[in-house]
Amino acid sequence: MAIDSIKDKAAIVGIGVVDFSTDIGRTEWYTACQAIKLAAEEAGVNIDDIDGMVKSVDDGPDPTYTGKGLGIDNLLYHSENHWGTSAMMNAVHAVAGGLCNYCVYYQTAHRASGPEKCISDFLVAREFRDDSLDMVRYDYFSPFGLIGEPGYVAMMYRRYMHETGIKPEQLGWVPIVASENAARNTNAIFFDKSITIDDYMQSKLIADPIRELDCAPKVDGSIAIVITTPERAKALKQEPVIINSVASGYALEGQNYTSYTRDVITDLPEMENMAKELYRVGGMGPKDIKVAMLDDTFAPYVPMQLEALGFCGKGEAPAFIEGGDKIRVGGQLPVNPDGGEIGQGRFITTRIVEAVRQIRGTSTNQVANTDTVLVASGAGGPADGMICRKE
Amino acid sequence: MVKLIEGIPIMRPYIDLDNQGYWDAVKNHKLVLQYCTKCNRFIHPPRPMCPTCRSQDTMEWKESSGKGILYSYVMFTSPKMAYPAYELPYAVVLVELEEGVRIVTNTHEIEPDEVQIGLPVEVMFEDLPDGQTVYRFKKREA
Repeated sequence: MAIDSIKDKAAIVGIGVVDFSTDIGRTEWYTACQAIKLAAEEAGVNIDDIDGMVKSVDDGPDPTYTGKGLGIDNLLYHSENHWGTSAMMNAVHAVAGGLCNYCVYYQTAHRASGPEKCISDFLVAREFRDDSLDMVRYDYFSPFGLIGEPGYVAMMYRRYMHETGIKPEQLGWVPIVASENAARNTNAIFFDKSITIDDYMQSKLIADPIRELDCAPKVDGSIAIVITTPERAKALKQEPVIINSVASGYALEGQNYTSYTRDVITDLPEMENMAKELYRVGGMGPKDIKVAMLDDTFAPYVPMQLEALGFCGKGEAPAFIEGGDKIRVGGQLPVNPDGGEIGQGRFITTRIVEAVRQIRGTSTNQVANTDTVLVASGAGGPADGMICRKE
Repeated sequence: MVKLIEGIPIMRPYIDLDNQGYWDAVKNHKLVLQYCTKCNRFIHPPRPMCPTCRSQDTMEWKESSGKGILYSYVMFTSPKMAYPAYELPYAVVLVELEEGVRIVTNTHEIEPDEVQIGLPVEVMFEDLPDGQTVYRFKKREA
């Protein structure tokens, strides 16, 4: 049990989204600065007042470069953390703890066009970086040809199929609903109309049982989020989105996407641990959540998260997603109304942007009267999450 | 069923002081597992501390029976996703050993349609032309 002092102590006051593309034609340095400038303008915060910067660890230039690009004179706080809401957690802690006043969290990644087209020194350095999280994976998996995240997830999903009896005709509703939602979202470039169950069944098995349509495609993008206290937010341009709670979750024998050595490999114990803390700190439960922004980098994680986060009982998720009605806008629990990462591309921070839009009431696929949104990331572990609410 | 394509080396493990005993044994056609003599439990993959009693001096290498069952598997079918050293399709399997730990490996002389969860398997070794030795699992009588 951790301290509760972060509850409702930080707010999102601005978002900056550079239009997604499969060939953005700029360096990551360029679009990182662009997104932060857009976010600051949207918030009504002067760039000179930004005194905190947090970055998603693998994605984009670090605060020293980005700060230089933006002409920032001093930072009271800067750090990196794994992926979307983990990094948001740093920003929330920094603002709630008074370490800085206006903190920017940003994620910049040009995964589609890659370093050949958008060369910048940070990106090249990243390609060669030794990531300790992956070390065990290389040693014991790679010599046997187990490579790539779809393959890692396929190992777990095969066992999940065996234990739960979930059928492709059920899982397919995750990408189908994603495609429906994406077709309404102009920033979701991968679907201009919804797919059918036949399209899904014909989708190529790339690492059997994982199909191409189960995976979020690579995309180029850049997003920045401005966070400050609810008090300071009063003087700014946007209606603040209050961060009710943030939490992270670890679990025994965890390993990113490949926790094959724990007793049960078909649960998401990191998500369960994260959710317990998230709900406790926020004083909420699954029934209080109006919209769920779930990690759909790989479709099988969606039913698994519905169970791990308490939105349905153990073993109920395959039926919960089947037909799509419960997870559509207007259903029992709308999931990723923006099309998720399957619809928009592999980009975690899209979930935070959609959470903000849903609470502001400005989504392209608005859920009526949304006052609480849960954002979850890191289904492959370690997990992290956030509950946002209307002021 | 894993067939290597001539001239393309497989990826090598990164060997350090924590796992050298494991890979040295593989070189000698033995499958060993880390074992904590205080907790009487097997641990895999190798690591610097027993996660149960947190001792760093009670761990030894103990030979595995090499027998297990197929716990899960992936069939690599697309050149886009697969490692180029193997002929497609190839299976990567997760074997639960009798000692209670699971290891990632490949199959030997098991046809794709025979690869099923629950299949009883046992270890064999193969010395590759590039000097590396790998373990794979073949069918066994239950």
